[in-house]
Amino acid sequence: MTDASLPDRPAVARRPPPDAHARTGKPWPAWAARLRRLALALVFPAAILLVWYLVSISGRVPAYLLPHPAEVVVWLVDLLRSGELRHQLAPSLGRVMAGFAIGAGTATVLGVLAGYVLTFRTLIDPTIHALRTIPGLAWIPMFILWFGIGEASKVALIALVTFFPVYLNTMAGVAGVDRKLIEVGRVNRLTGLRLMGRILLPASLPSYFVGLRQSMGVAWIVVVAAELMGASRGIGFLLLDGQMTGRPALVMACMLIFAACGKVTDMILAAIAAWALRWQDTLERAS
Amino acid sequence: MLEVQSLVKTYGAFRALGPVTFSLGREDRVLGVVGPSGCGKSTLLRVLAGLDPLTGGTVRLDGTPITGARPDVAVVFQEPRLLPWATVRANIELGIWDQPASDRAAAVQAALAQVQLPAFGNALPRQLSGGMAQRVGIARALVRRPRLLLMDEPFAALDPLTRLRMQDHLLEMVGQEVPNVVIITHDIDEALALSDRILVLAGPPGEIRADLKIDLPQPRARTSAAFQAEKARILDLLFGPGAHAA
Repeated sequence: MTDASLPDRPAVARRPPPDAHARTGKPWPAWAARLRRLALALVFPAAILLVWYLVSISGRVPAYLLPHPAEVVVWLVDLLRSGELRHQLAPSLGRVMAGFAIGAGTATVLGVLAGYVLTFRTLIDPTIHALRTIPGLAWIPMFILWFGIGEASKVALIALVTFFPVYLNTMAGVAGVDRKLIEVGRVNRLTGLRLMGRILLPASLPSYFVGLRQSMGVAWIVVVAAELMGASRGIGFLLLDGQMTGRPALVMACMLIFAACGKVTDMILAAIAAWALRWQDTLERAS
Repeated sequence: MLEVQSLVKTYGAFRALGPVTFSLGREDRVLGVVGPSGCGKSTLLRVLAGLDPLTGGTVRLDGTPITGARPDVAVVFQEPRLLPWATVRANIELGIWDQPASDRAAAVQAALAQVQLPAFGNALPRQLSGGMAQRVGIARALVRRPRLLLMDEPFAALDPLTRLRMQDHLLEMVGQEVPNVVIITHDIDEALALSDRILVLAGPPGEIRADLKIDLPQPRARTSAAFQAEKARILDLLFGPGAHAA
């Protein structure tokens, strides 16, 4: 008997084609589908830019409250050309990455343990939930006392706030693994680390990546607060400098830099997640 | 020999099964277990698989108590239960992960051929139909060449033609590659076509209503008078006037 004679056919063959052209029903070529998605994603920011432009040229809002978009662009180009952007971005990026690595790394280990070992979860989970309700900014005075105003306190603050989303999502992911899959592992004599490596961790990856992406976003939010602690370089420092010296266009340029950095790092994580979760049979993949 | 002695299984205050006593020698290669929903069939299989601890009694396979998963016992569940992130090949390999890597590739390919999916080793589960996925689940159990194969409604999700083929294939394997099979099914025809003995369960709590020796020669013609007579006997035990008296 050959496969061709079997009545079963791969389920994928029954799905509607992805990115079908609305009028003709034919699928878009891959490049056209990508271009279409990119164009759609740009509609909203373009609309915001247009409103901003119209409001700023209307003269109803003074320039010290809302600078002209072109002024912000001039600042961005200036920062880029002079090398100032690289000079200020490098320390911010370093702090975000170091804090993220420490916070997310610790949260991964504790989240897996708390998800898998009920006793460990009972031991630490209530405390972690209590700690996560303390605002990140409330830790700043203590971090300055404990770590001084150098890099350590900034990295510690970012590590702290990036810890919680990864911990919660990892724990929930591991604890929520389908019991039926765990039974498959058990009847095949997988225990301990083998069960974790072959079943628990892969099954909890979707939830884990949600936590990582949330954490990375939070890291970029908090880096400004971290750079309040006596920084002399960094985009957060530059933003505060713009505020203190009455240059709103510089402030907005820094905000756009943060947005771009957050978006790029999230896109990188999303791409890694898409690759690692290519096995998923999801609505997103189907569409 | 599989020996089940006074087996009792409770979940809290609810007694799902037992006491149940039976034994299965190598001469009775396939034991079919039939009974109405909730009579403890799947509970019996879970205890035999070592997935659930028994509450009372003993279960022994070749003299050794079953207290957990064993390398010589394999399970096919009602649904495929494939690891969605792993390829078909990796899913089947899970059954023999503790064997030398050099042996695994050939064993997996042979198991794929047994379930008529030789070209699907690199496919992901999401690319398979329900029937194909179930056959991969069967291959994962067969690849271990288990001493005892436990099957819980294994063919229910297959289309009728594939189901018949898989039943025939199971009969080819038992006694040679797989000495004993315990198969739970709602399908009386399937139980009669495959089994050397049939346990008719009633419950809850699950108890053995009848332990029937099926002496029909293989291959069994399902339309034969003898086959239909056995079927009528089992249906009478399940649904006849005395079915609810016990």
